[in-house]
Amino acid sequence: MAEVTAGTAPEKKKKRGRPSAVRLLMNNTLAAGGLVVLCLVILLALAAPLLPLPNPDVTAPANRLQPLFAEGHLLGTDALGRDILSRLIWGTRVSLAVGISATLIAAFFGSLIGLVAGYAGGRVDNLMMRGIDMIMAFPYILLALAIVAALGPGLLNALYAIAVVNIPFFARNIRGITVGLSRREFVDAARLSGKSNAQILFMEILPNVLPVIIITMSTTIGWMILETAGLSFLGLGAQPPQADLGSMLGDGRKILFTAPHVSIVPGLMIFVLVMSINLLGDGVRDVLDPRLKSGALSRPVARTAVTRTNVPDVRPKTGTTLDMQGLKTEFHVGGDIYKAVGGVDLKLKQGECLGLVGESGSGKSVTAMSIMGLVPTPPGRIVDGVALLEGDDLFSMTDEQVRQLRGSVVSHVFQDPLSTLHPLFTVGDQLVEAIQAHQPLSSADAQKKAADLLAMVRIPNPAERLKAYPHELSGGMRQRVCIAMALANDARMIIADEPTTALDVTVQAQVLSLLATLRKEHNVAILFITHDFGVVSAICDRVAVMYAGKIVETGTTDEILSAPAHPYTSRLIACVPVLGEPGRRLDAIEGRPPVVNNLPEGCAFAARCPKAQPDCRSGEIPLAEMSEGRAVRCLYPETKEPIDA
Amino acid sequence: MPEALLEITDAERRFGGGRTLFGKSLPAVHAVQGVALDVKKGETMGVVGESGCGKSTLARLIVGLDKPTGGTIRFDGTDLVAEAKADPRKLARKVQYVFQDPVASLNPRKTIRTILEAPLIHLRGFDGQKREERLRELMEAVNLAPEFLDRYPHEFSGGQAQRIGIARALAADPDMIVLDEPVSALDVSVQAQVLNILDRLKDEFGLTYIFISHDLSVVESVSDRVAVMYFGRIVEIGPAKEVFARPRHPYTHLLLNSAPVPGRKSLIPEDTNTELPDPYNPPPGCSFFARCPRGTDVCKTAFPPLDQTDGNENHRAACYHPHGDD
Repeated sequence: MAEVTAGTAPEKKKKRGRPSAVRLLMNNTLAAGGLVVLCLVILLALAAPLLPLPNPDVTAPANRLQPLFAEGHLLGTDALGRDILSRLIWGTRVSLAVGISATLIAAFFGSLIGLVAGYAGGRVDNLMMRGIDMIMAFPYILLALAIVAALGPGLLNALYAIAVVNIPFFARNIRGITVGLSRREFVDAARLSGKSNAQILFMEILPNVLPVIIITMSTTIGWMILETAGLSFLGLGAQPPQADLGSMLGDGRKILFTAPHVSIVPGLMIFVLVMSINLLGDGVRDVLDPRLKSGALSRPVARTAVTRTNVPDVRPKTGTTLDMQGLKTEFHVGGDIYKAVGGVDLKLKQGECLGLVGESGSGKSVTAMSIMGLVPTPPGRIVDGVALLEGDDLFSMTDEQVRQLRGSVVSHVFQDPLSTLHPLFTVGDQLVEAIQAHQPLSSADAQKKAADLLAMVRIPNPAERLKAYPHELSGGMRQRVCIAMALANDARMIIADEPTTALDVTVQAQVLSLLATLRKEHNVAILFITHDFGVVSAICDRVAVMYAGKIVETGTTDEILSAPAHPYTSRLIACVPVLGEPGRRLDAIEGRPPVVNNLPEGCAFAARCPKAQPDCRSGEIPLAEMSEGRAVRCLYPETKEPIDA
Repeated sequence: MPEALLEITDAERRFGGGRTLFGKSLPAVHAVQGVALDVKKGETMGVVGESGCGKSTLARLIVGLDKPTGGTIRFDGTDLVAEAKADPRKLARKVQYVFQDPVASLNPRKTIRTILEAPLIHLRGFDGQKREERLRELMEAVNLAPEFLDRYPHEFSGGQAQRIGIARALAADPDMIVLDEPVSALDVSVQAQVLNILDRLKDEFGLTYIFISHDLSVVESVSDRVAVMYFGRIVEIGPAKEVFARPRHPYTHLLLNSAPVPGRKSLIPEDTNTELPDPYNPPPGCSFFARCPRGTDVCKTAFPPLDQTDGNENHRAACYHPHGDD
C-alpha cells in the first residue's frame, strides 16, 4: 500500500494559472475607477462627524442662496441658508445607509424565499412564487408609495418600502439558481451522507448561491439609492430638516432656474455614487460569474492566429489529401504557455481513414481543430508547422480562402450533434444553408439536394424529416444529419471528433458503418478522433497514437492492435476490458499524464513507463521509422512479435 | 447458497400521470416496470442497457433517492421503501451510491475533509479522534494521500474525484454499494485504476455491488450476474458468463454484436431500425418487437414473461423466440 500511496502523492502546489479575483477586478479599469470613487465617497460620508462642517440643519435666512464658492460656503447655501456642502455629505451618509440596509434586507428575505422555494419545489414553490408574482404585478413605485402611505412618511418606512419592492428581484434570481443546484448530484450525495434538508439547503446549496447573491446585491444597490432618492424627492422619505440626497433635490427643484446649484450638486452626487456602484457591480459580476469566467468576455477571432517564425519548405505530393508537418499549437494563458500540440505530422491519403487516438488532454482535438484554424484565439495560436491540403498550405491562406474551404472541401462532424445543430431551425433549413453557403443553387434545388442528402445517410422519409427540429430526432438521427451536412458540398476530407462517443452502442455501430460506406462511395478522407480501440478497429485503416501533444506511434490498425511498439500504446490497450475476455487482468497505468505547460525533458511518458531508462529522460526522442508507414517515438520499443492481449 | 440481500419484486416507477384540474388525464411514462431482481450477499450484479432504459431510475429506487410507484423492494428482510421514508439515515447506513460524474457529485465549495466527514458525523456519529482515524483509513483504502483531505474538488482529476466518491460511500460502512456508471466519465487508463480499487474493496469490506453501466465489456469484467434492461424492463438475466457467451434475448444479441471490440471489423447493417418505441404510447406487446428480426404475431399480444430458460433456472430471458431454441 505504501508505495501506491507514494505514487499518487500530491504534486507541489503550483501558482494558480488564473489570477486572483481581486487582481482581475483591478485589471478592469472602469471597475477599479468605480471602486476608488466609491471608497472616497464612503470615506467622506463616514468622516462627516469629524470634518469641520457647519450644522447641516441650522437655518440662516440672511445667508440664503449663496452661490458656489461663496465665503465660508464652498458649495453655497440653499433656500433656508443651510450649508450645501455639509448637507451634501450628511445626506450622502443617509442615502448610502438607507441604500445599503435596504439591499441587505431585500437580499436576506429575497434569498431566503428563493432558496426555500427552489429547494422545496412543488406546492411550496408555487405558493411562494405566486406571492412574489403578486408583488411584481404592481408598478414598483406605486407599491412603494402604497407602503409609505400605509406606514406614514419617514426615512425608515421608505427603507422598508424599497426593501419590500426589491425582494422579488432577489427571490426570482436565487430561486432559478437553487432549482438548478438542488438537482445536482452533490445534493443527492449529501442526502445519502445523512444530512437533513435544512443542512443541505444552508450548508451545501447556500455556499454555491452566495456569489450570485453578491452579484445581485452589487448590481441592485445603485438602484436602491436611486429609489430612496426618488421617494425622498416626492417628500415621502427623509423628513425636514434631515438632509438626504433625494430631499435636497426636491428642495432645489422649486428654485431650479434662479439657483440651479442647489439641485445640481445633489444630482451630481447621486450620479457619481450610482455610477461608481454600478461600474464596480458590473466588474464584480464579471469576476464572480462562472459563465463569464470561462473566457466569454474575450471574444475569439474567426480563425486561429498563425505566428510561425519560419515556414518549412515542404513539397506537395500527389494523391495526398492532407499533409501536415511539425504542427505546434500553443495556448498562452496568463504567464503560462500550454504546448497542447508539440510537433505533429499527419498524412492522409485520398479515401483513407486515419484514427487519432489518445486520452483527454493528449492534444488530439487541438490537432484536428488547428487544421482549419478553429482553435480559439486568444488564447490559442499556431506557432510552427505546415498543413498542405491537396498541395496548398492552409496556414498561409487568407481568412477568406479558409472560409471558402470550411464546410466544403473540409468539413467537421463533432461529438454532440445536439449542440452542433441550431435548436431553433429545422434540419432542412440548416442543410439548405450549408448547401447555399458554397453552391449557387435556388431554394427549390437546395431543398431537393437536402432531401437527397438525408436519403444518402439512410434517414427514412427524408422529405418529411427536413421539417423536423433537432430535438425531434433521436441522437443517432441527429448525428446522421451532421454527417449529411458534412457531405453537402462534396467534401474531400471529414474531420470527425469523437462522432460516436455520445451515442448508444447499437446506434454507434450503425453510424460507424454508415461512415465507412460513405467514405468508399465518395472517396473522402476521414480524420477520426477517438479514445476507443474498438471503434478504431471498426473504421480506421491507420492509427496515430498521441500522448502529451506528440504522436508516439503510428502504423496500420492491425499492426498497432496486434503488436503495439510504444509502451504507452500497449498499456493503453491492456488496461481496457475487452468483450468476451472477462478474465483478463486490467493493468492500470499508474500516475497521470504530464501537464502540457510543464513538460518533462525527454519522453513525456517516462515517469509512468516501467521500462524507462536514464536516457529516456533527456533530449528529444525522435519518431523513428520501423518499417514502411510504421514509426514509434521510443528508445526501447516493445518486441515486434504480436503480444497476447 | 447465500441469502438474497436485496429483493425487488415487480417494481414500477411512473413519471407524470395524474389528472389536470379539469379531470383530463395527463400522459405518463413508465421508466421502470415489472422489474424483479434478487441480489445475493457478496455478489456483483451488473445492470446493462442503453440510455433511457431505466437503469439509473432503478438505481435511485434502490438507494431511496426516489420512491417506486408500485411493487416492493426489500433489503435484508425489511421494507426499503418504508424505511427510506421513516428513517433515511438508517437506510443510508446499509446502501450507498457512487455517482456517474465524479466532479459533479462533490460540492465545489467544500474541502474533501468536509465531504468525507458528513457521513461519519451524520450516519456513524463518530467524534473527533475516531473521525480523524477513520478519514485516514478511508483515504488509504482508495489509494489517496491524506494530504488531499484539505483540498477542494476542482483540484482533482476525474479518477481521483471518483475515488473520493467511493471513499464517501465507504464512510457509511454500508453492506451494498450501487455504482451508477462509475467509470463512464473517466479516461481509459484511469478506468482500470478505479475498477481495480473497487474489486479490492469488495473483498476487504465484504461488499455487495450493483454495477450499472452501458459499457458491456466493463460489466462483463466485473459482474457475477448480469441483468439486461430494455425500455424499463429486464429482458434477460443470468450468470455473466452465460449471458455474454450465449445470449438468449435478441436485444442482448444485438448489443453484443454492436459493441466495438479491438480487432473486430464487422458491424451490423446500418439501415435497421434503432429507434426506441414512443414512451408515451408504448406498443402493446414486446417493446423490442419493432427492431427484432425474430418477431412473430405472438410478440404483439403481450409482453413476454421473464421465464424462458434453456434448462438453467438462473439464466432467463423475456422472449417468445429466444436464441438457442432453434
